[in-house]
Amino acid sequence: MRLKVEPRRQVSKPLQYATPPLSVLGTVVAAFVLFAIMGYDPLRALYDLFVAPLGNVQGLSELALKASPLVMIGVGLAAGFRANVWNIGAEGQLMMGAIAGGGVALAFYGREGWWILPLMSLAAVAGGMAWAAVPAFLKTRFGVSEILVSLMLTYVAEQFLSYLVLGPWKDPEGMNFPQSRMFSDSALLPVLFDGTRVHAGVLVSLLVVVVAWVVMSRSILGFEIRTVGLAPAAARYAGFSQTRVVWLTLLATGGLAGLAGLFEVAGPIGQLIPKITPGYGFTAIIVAFLGRLHPLGILLAGLVMALSYIGADQAQVDMGLPNAATGLVQAMLLFFLLASDFLVRYRVRLVRPAATSEPAPAQKATA
Amino acid sequence: MNLSILVPLLVSVITAATPLLLAATGELVVERAGVLNLGVEGMMLVGAICAFAAMFITGSPILAMLAGAAAGAVLSALFGVLVLTLASNQVATGLALTLFGLGLSALMGANFVGHPIVPLAKLAIPGLSSLPVIGPLLFSHDALVYLSVLMTGAVGWFLNHTRGGLILRGVGESDTSAHSIGHDVIRIRYYAVLFGGAMAGLGGAYLSLAYTPMWVEGMTAGRGWIALALVVFAAWRPWRVLAGAYLFGGVTVLQLYAQGSGFVLVPTQFLTMLPYLATIVVLTLMSSGSVRSRLAAPACLGKPFRPVS
Amino acid sequence: MEGNLSQTTLTAGHTAGTDERLDLRGITKRFPGVVANADVSLAIRPGEIHALLGENGAGKSTLVKIIYGILQPDEGEVRWNGTPMIIPNPHAARALGIGMVFQHFSLFEAMTVLENVAIGLDSPEKPSKLAERIRGVSAAYGLPLDPLRDVHTLSVGERQRIEIVRCLLLEPKLLIMDEPTSVLTPQEVGRLFETLRKLAAEGCSILYISHKLAEIKALCDRATILRGGRVVGGCDPKVETASSMASLMLGAQIKPLARRATTALGPSRLVVGGLDLPADTPHGIGLRGISLDVRAGEILGIAGVAGNGQNELFLALSGERTVETPGTIMIDNTRVGHLGAERRRALGLCAVPEERNGHAAVPEFSLVDNAVLSGHRREKLLAGGLIRAGRALDFATRIIKSFDVRTPGPGAAASSLSGGNLQKFIVGREILQKPGVLVVSQPTWGVDAGAASAIHAALLSLTSEGSAIVVISQDLDELLAISDRIAVINVGVLSAARPTASVSLEELGLLMGGMHEADVAKAASPEREMADAP
Repeated sequence: MRLKVEPRRQVSKPLQYATPPLSVLGTVVAAFVLFAIMGYDPLRALYDLFVAPLGNVQGLSELALKASPLVMIGVGLAAGFRANVWNIGAEGQLMMGAIAGGGVALAFYGREGWWILPLMSLAAVAGGMAWAAVPAFLKTRFGVSEILVSLMLTYVAEQFLSYLVLGPWKDPEGMNFPQSRMFSDSALLPVLFDGTRVHAGVLVSLLVVVVAWVVMSRSILGFEIRTVGLAPAAARYAGFSQTRVVWLTLLATGGLAGLAGLFEVAGPIGQLIPKITPGYGFTAIIVAFLGRLHPLGILLAGLVMALSYIGADQAQVDMGLPNAATGLVQAMLLFFLLASDFLVRYRVRLVRPAATSEPAPAQKATA
Repeated sequence: MNLSILVPLLVSVITAATPLLLAATGELVVERAGVLNLGVEGMMLVGAICAFAAMFITGSPILAMLAGAAAGAVLSALFGVLVLTLASNQVATGLALTLFGLGLSALMGANFVGHPIVPLAKLAIPGLSSLPVIGPLLFSHDALVYLSVLMTGAVGWFLNHTRGGLILRGVGESDTSAHSIGHDVIRIRYYAVLFGGAMAGLGGAYLSLAYTPMWVEGMTAGRGWIALALVVFAAWRPWRVLAGAYLFGGVTVLQLYAQGSGFVLVPTQFLTMLPYLATIVVLTLMSSGSVRSRLAAPACLGKPFRPVS
Repeated sequence: MEGNLSQTTLTAGHTAGTDERLDLRGITKRFPGVVANADVSLAIRPGEIHALLGENGAGKSTLVKIIYGILQPDEGEVRWNGTPMIIPNPHAARALGIGMVFQHFSLFEAMTVLENVAIGLDSPEKPSKLAERIRGVSAAYGLPLDPLRDVHTLSVGERQRIEIVRCLLLEPKLLIMDEPTSVLTPQEVGRLFETLRKLAAEGCSILYISHKLAEIKALCDRATILRGGRVVGGCDPKVETASSMASLMLGAQIKPLARRATTALGPSRLVVGGLDLPADTPHGIGLRGISLDVRAGEILGIAGVAGNGQNELFLALSGERTVETPGTIMIDNTRVGHLGAERRRALGLCAVPEERNGHAAVPEFSLVDNAVLSGHRREKLLAGGLIRAGRALDFATRIIKSFDVRTPGPGAAASSLSGGNLQKFIVGREILQKPGVLVVSQPTWGVDAGAASAIHAALLSLTSEGSAIVVISQDLDELLAISDRIAVINVGVLSAARPTASVSLEELGLLMGGMHEADVAKAASPEREMADAP
C-alpha cells in the first residue's frame, strides 16, 4: 500500500468549511504541547487563553471591542487577497487613519458638535486610503510589488506617529509624555453599554460585514474581483480592468483600516499615543484566511482572534505567560489552515501497488 | 574628509550591510529556484535569538553561529513542507512564517532581554590587517563579515559555473521542463529553501552577536523585508546583491551619523524612515526599468508546483 | 469488440520473442475521473519507426510518459530488450537509451542552447567539449544549431532541434517523438523525416506519436492505434488506406461536413486596416500591417504555424489589447480600435479564445458564473450593479441544453467538465449571444470528434444568420472544411485572403513557412525550388 495524491477536479466544499475549525483544534493541541515544553501548566494556559474571557460580561464586551478592528480590516484584506492583491501594510494604514482622524480631533480641541466625529471618520478613511494609494499607484503604474511597499510604509507610518506625539502634537500639559491631548467629548465614540468599553464602532464593523457580503457575493464588482484573482486572462477577456481592481481593493482596505485606527484612538484610547495597535493590521491577515476570505467567516474568525488577545492578557496576569505567546499561537493557526488547504484541493488515498504477476521481480533501471 | 573619520564610517557601513547581505544572498538562491519566501524577517529573528542564547549559554561563537543558521533552516523547513510538499500559497505561508518567527523569538527571548554577551571577535588576518587604511577597513572584521562576502562569491560561482547551479536555475526558470527532463523539482527547491533559511538565520545571528550584541524583541526592524527588496534590486544577480547591501548599509549609517552628529535639521524619526523610503524608491526604479528586470526574474517565481505521479 | 481483435493482432507480435527493443504489456494508468490507458500493449523492434496514432485525448501522451519514466503505470509491465523493467524516472530512461522529444518543449527560455542541452544530460561535461559535440551532431543529422544562442531568440523549428540534439547526444536506442510536426511548416516536416529515417537506418527505434494520417503513411513501418485509452488496432500504414486508419482512430465514419454552397454575402461586418501592435512580452510577436475584411455570412480562416502572432491577433480583435487609432478596426462601420473587450462585445463582437482554462472560462467558477463572465452585458444579467441570479441560471441552462453539454448541472465547476464539453459550453455561450462578428481561436483543439463536428455545425449555422466569423486555427483540415476564404499569418504578418477552393495545400505550406505571396506563385510549381526554400 502506498499513498497516492491526486488533485481534485472540484474543490471539496465540506472540507472548505471544516478545515478552519479543524485548524483551531490543531492549534490548541500544538499550543498544549508548546506550553508544556515551556514549563507552563498547559490546561490552565489554554483555559485562560480560550475559555476564561467568555465567562463574564466584561470579557465578552472586550471581545467585541477587539474583534471590531480585526473584522473591518480582515474584510478589506480578504477582497484584496481574492484579487491577488497582497496588502500587508494595513497596520500602517491603520496608523495613518488614526493620525488623520486624531488630527481633526486635535484641531477642533475644545469644540463640541455632532459634526466632529463624522469629520474625523472622513479624515481617517482618507488617511488610510492615501497610505494605501502609494502601493496602488506604484503597482499599477510601475509594476512594483505591493507587498514590500505597503510593509515599508508601515515602518514609515510608525515613525511619523512617533514624531507627532513627541513633537508638534505633544500634550502641552502632559509632563513631556509622548502622547497628545485627550480628545474632547465630541471627538469620542459613544459607548453603547454603560460599564463596558463597547462603542459605536462595533456597529460599524457589523455593517461593513453585511455590505461586504452583498458586494462580494452578489454584485458584478465582487465578481470582477474574484475573476481578476482566479484568472487574470479571463478577466481581461470579460473586459474587467485589473488596474481598477488593484486600486479598489487597496483603497477599500486602506479606508477600512484607517477607520479602524480612528475607532481605537477615539474609542478605548481617547488620544494619540506612539503605540495604538497590538498588531491588528497583521493579525487581520490571519483573520482573513481563517474566515476563508468570506465576510461572515471573517466575523467569526475575528472573534476567535480577539479571544486570543484577551486570553493572552489573562494568562499573563494569571500565570506569567509572555504576551508573545499570542502571536505564536496566532501564526500557528495560520500554518495549520494553510496546511489543511491541501486536503481541500487534493485527494489523498491508499492504493495497492501495481499487481506484479511476473514470477521474476522486475528489475529496476537506475541512472 | 579625514581618513580617521572615513575609515570607521566605512567600517560601520560594512557591518550595517552584513546582515542584509547574508539574508539577501540566501533569498536570492531561493528565488532563483522559483520559490518566494517572505518569511526572511521571521527566520532572521529566530536566528538572532537562537544564536544569542547559544552564545549566552555556551560562550562559543562557533556554536552560536551554527545555532543561528540551524534555527533559520528549521523554520525554512517548516515553510518548505507547507509550500513544496503541500503546495500552499507562497505569499500567505511566507507571511505566516514571519508572524511565527516574531512570536517565537519574542517568547524564546523573554528571559534573555538585558543580558550582555561578548561580541563576536574581530579576526585579524596576519599581514593584511596591519596594512594602513586597507587593514582596518577590509581585514579587521569578524567571521560573519568575511563569510557574507565569501558566500556571495560562492553563490555566484555555484549558479553560473556548476551543474548544480544550472539545474537550480532551470528549476526556477521552468519547473515543468525541469520535471520532464527528470530533475526532482521539489527536492532541489527544498535544498534552496533550507539554504536560504540558514543564511537568514546567520543574518539574524550577526545582529545579535555582533551588530548590537544583545537581544531586543523585533531587533531586525524590517531588515528581512529589505533583504527581499535587495534581491529585486539586484535583478537576481549575486554581485549586485553585494552592491545593493552596501548601498543600504550606507543609507543606514548615514542616517545614524546624522542623528548622532547633533546638527538636527530634520527630526530623528524622519531619518529613521530613510532606509524604508529608500527601499521603495529603489524598487520603483528597478521595476520601471521594465523589460530587462522582468527578463531577469525567474519565470516560475512564486508559482506552486506539484508533479503528477 | 475491436479491442479484443486488435489485442490478438498485437499479441501475435509478441510471439516473435525477445528481439523486441521495447515491449509494453497490459499497461493501465488512471487519473481522477479518467482511465488514460487501459490494458495497452505495444512492441517496437530495433530500427523500426512505429506510429502511435490517436486523437487528442486518446492516451498517447500518458503512454509515452510512462515509457520515459515521468509517470508510473498502475498496472502492467514494461520490458526493455526482453527484461522486465521499472523505469522510475527519466534519468533511468535515458540510462537505458530512451530519448524523448516533447510536444511542449522542455526548454528554458532564458538560457543558451548549450545550457539547455547540458541540463538534460546526466553526466556533466566541459562546456567547450559539449559545444563541439553539439556542432558535430547537428552537422551529421542536418540540424543546424548555434550552441551559444539564447533560446528565446530562436524559432519554433530551431527549438525543436535542441530537443532532438539533446536526445541524439545520448546515442539513443529508442527515440520518442510526441507530435513533432504540429509546430512545423510542411517543408520543415520533410527535413525532420529525413533525419528520422537516417536514425532508423542506423538501428535506432523511433516511436512516432501523431494524429496526422498522411505523415504516418509517409514515415512509419507499423502503427498502433489508440482510442479512449485502449488499443483499437494495429496495422502497416504503408498498406492501409488513410480512411481505414481514420475510422479506427475516430471510432465511426465521420460524415463529411455538409458545406453549404456559398450564398450571396452581405455587407462587411469586420474590417481591419493596417493594424500594428507591438509585442507586449520580451518573447512575444508583434503584428505588422494586418488587414482583413469579413462579410456577413462568411467564415474567414486564418492559418499559421503556432506562435506566429495568432494570440496577438486574437487579443487585438477581441479588444483585450487595444490600439490608439480607432479606425484600424471597424465593427459594422463603427470605429472600435480603441475600445476594450466589453465595449466591443456591446457592439456585437464575441470571441472564443484558444485556452479554455483561465482565459475563456474560470475553472473554479460554476457554469452559471462562467455564463455571467462574458454574457452579463448582452444577456442583460445585471441590475443596478447586482447580478440577477435567476436570469444567469436561465442563460447557463439554455447553453447547456442547446449545445448538449454533459454536466451534472449549471452549478458544476467548469473544471469538472471534460475538454470537449467545456468547449461546447464556451462556444455555445458566445453563439447564443447572437454576435454580429465572432472571432474563434482553435475551436476544436483537444476536443473529441463528436464535439468538433457539433462545433463546426454551430459555426456554419451562425453564418446563415448573417454573422461574420473569423476562425484562427493550426488545423489546416479544419480550415479547409469550414472557411470561405483563408489567409496565413507568419511572424505577425497576414497574407491576403484567398478563396478556399482556389488554394492548394502546398501554397498554404509555403506561406506558413514565411515565403512571400509573390514568391509562392513562382515557387509553387517547380519541385526543386521548394526544397531549397528557407
